[in-house]
Amino acid sequence: MSKTLTGSTPPGSGGEVAVVYAGDYVNKLSGQRIERECLLRLEAGCRALVINFRGTELVNSIGVSILLGVIEVAERRGAPVVFASVSRHTVKLFELLGLTRLVAMADSEEAALATLGEFASTPNGH
Amino acid sequence: MPDRMRKVLHAFAALADLGEEIAETSDFEEMVRSALHVVLGALGVRRGAVAEVERETASLRFVATRGFGESLPADVSLPLKTEGLHAAAKSNGNGGGAHALSKSELARVEREIKERFEGGAVEVVSTLVVRGELVGVIVLGGKASGVEFDAEDRELVRSLGRHIGVGLNNHRLLREVERRAEENRRLYEDLKDIYKDTVRAFAAAIDCKDKYTQGHSERVGKYSEIIAREMGWSEEEVEGIAVAGYLHDIGKLVVDREIINAPYRIDAKQSSELNRHPAAGYEILRPINHPFADIPLMARYHHERPDGRGYPDGLKDEEIPIGAKIVSLADSFDAMTTDRPYRRRRSFEEVITDFRRNAGRQFSPEVVAAFCRALLKEAHGETRPRQIIRLLGKGYVEEQALPALEQLISDLDSGTHVAAGQG
Ligand SMILES: [Fe+2]
Repeated sequence: MSKTLTGSTPPGSGGEVAVVYAGDYVNKLSGQRIERECLLRLEAGCRALVINFRGTELVNSIGVSILLGVIEVAERRGAPVVFASVSRHTVKLFELLGLTRLVAMADSEEAALATLGEFASTPNGH
Repeated sequence: MPDRMRKVLHAFAALADLGEEIAETSDFEEMVRSALHVVLGALGVRRGAVAEVERETASLRFVATRGFGESLPADVSLPLKTEGLHAAAKSNGNGGGAHALSKSELARVEREIKERFEGGAVEVVSTLVVRGELVGVIVLGGKASGVEFDAEDRELVRSLGRHIGVGLNNHRLLREVERRAEENRRLYEDLKDIYKDTVRAFAAAIDCKDKYTQGHSERVGKYSEIIAREMGWSEEEVEGIAVAGYLHDIGKLVVDREIINAPYRIDAKQSSELNRHPAAGYEILRPINHPFADIPLMARYHHERPDGRGYPDGLKDEEIPIGAKIVSLADSFDAMTTDRPYRRRRSFEEVITDFRRNAGRQFSPEVVAAFCRALLKEAHGETRPRQIIRLLGKGYVEEQALPALEQLISDLDSGTHVAAGQG
């Protein structure tokens, strides 16, 4: 299984499941960074996305909107999205705003990757 | 924390996010895009748009959209007359709060915009009204949660919308101010052109009176302009000195034509009559609101001399404005280099000798030096077009006189021209 880590692996280097780290605060600036990373990974051929919220303390309104946009793009490409390690407080917010109806939630990055196992094991031509 | 509390807190935070975006984003479209993000993120909505009202066409222009793709209608004209939009603005001038757009009218606008979107893509349309005037709308698709918009959600959209409306309105006012400023600038330029045309017409009228000095005022204007530019004046100041050159002899309009056109050297009485012209010119030009500084003073003092032997006021050296010194030299240079009924024009070498002799007496040395430099540059082909040389006519500036010109410049710069000239 190959894993694409934000900032550590250049886009285009392949990998079936991309893991993108949300950082400690998802606002406009970091939201746009996450969006860019996700779109680049999808462009590069990734077939599923994991967004890791480990350590994320706050997601503001703009952050929510940007995440909704990322989910929509992934949906259109048939790429499932899993949110991993989301804090309890943020899970509640995502539930309230309907994001949890659109993505799967996983307790950890490993659990998220396990959920997406079938995507990782499907050859994608690389 | 109960869900309701969480919802309220998130809404408050969204209002704060919006305030920050509106206050801190200087780029208008970017500001609206961020504002749309806030609204979508506040409610968990995937599709939305913010549009501003184009008053001229009574239609909507989408400034920011998200998620609509092809389903965004290309043209959304409002079910309102353009006069209606304007009237709304006017009726609030006195702060009476009389909303020209009634609630039912706004509801009709919201309903009709909703219908323009295909297949129920839009659930909420919220009009943005600032001081009774419709400035824009927010359009929202369904919530990601699948839950319908409740009264609280709609109130949140309205609250966010009030801020966005003010942002749209401020931007429109700013554009209006910019447009008016641009209009004023153009108007000012037009007025300046009219002024310049008038000045030229006056110069022609002045020169008409003197049949021997045709084109004198225009040439003095040109020479003055060239000297000022050589002295490093700004383009605005250069334009001003050209005008002063055009008008310097305007006082001659009140001098007897017989004296001006006398085909012989005039006597003392006639001379004192002629010498009235700088002061008369000053009186003519003084009441006019010129777009350039000191035009009347330059006319008044164009016959003053640094040695104090000029007229009308016998000013000396630094008492004479530099502009008047420039016009004075330009005036004398043209007098020396054009034929008069009682004498032929001087040769170029004679002019250089006159410059040397009179620098510090009749003329300001720094002005003479600047003019000589400009002349030399033209003679060497360093400045194009050759304006002075063209005005003087072909062959007037002789090649063999150029070393004397160069010598004069260097003597003027070192202050040794008097000793060298009078020695
Ligand atoms: Fe004069």
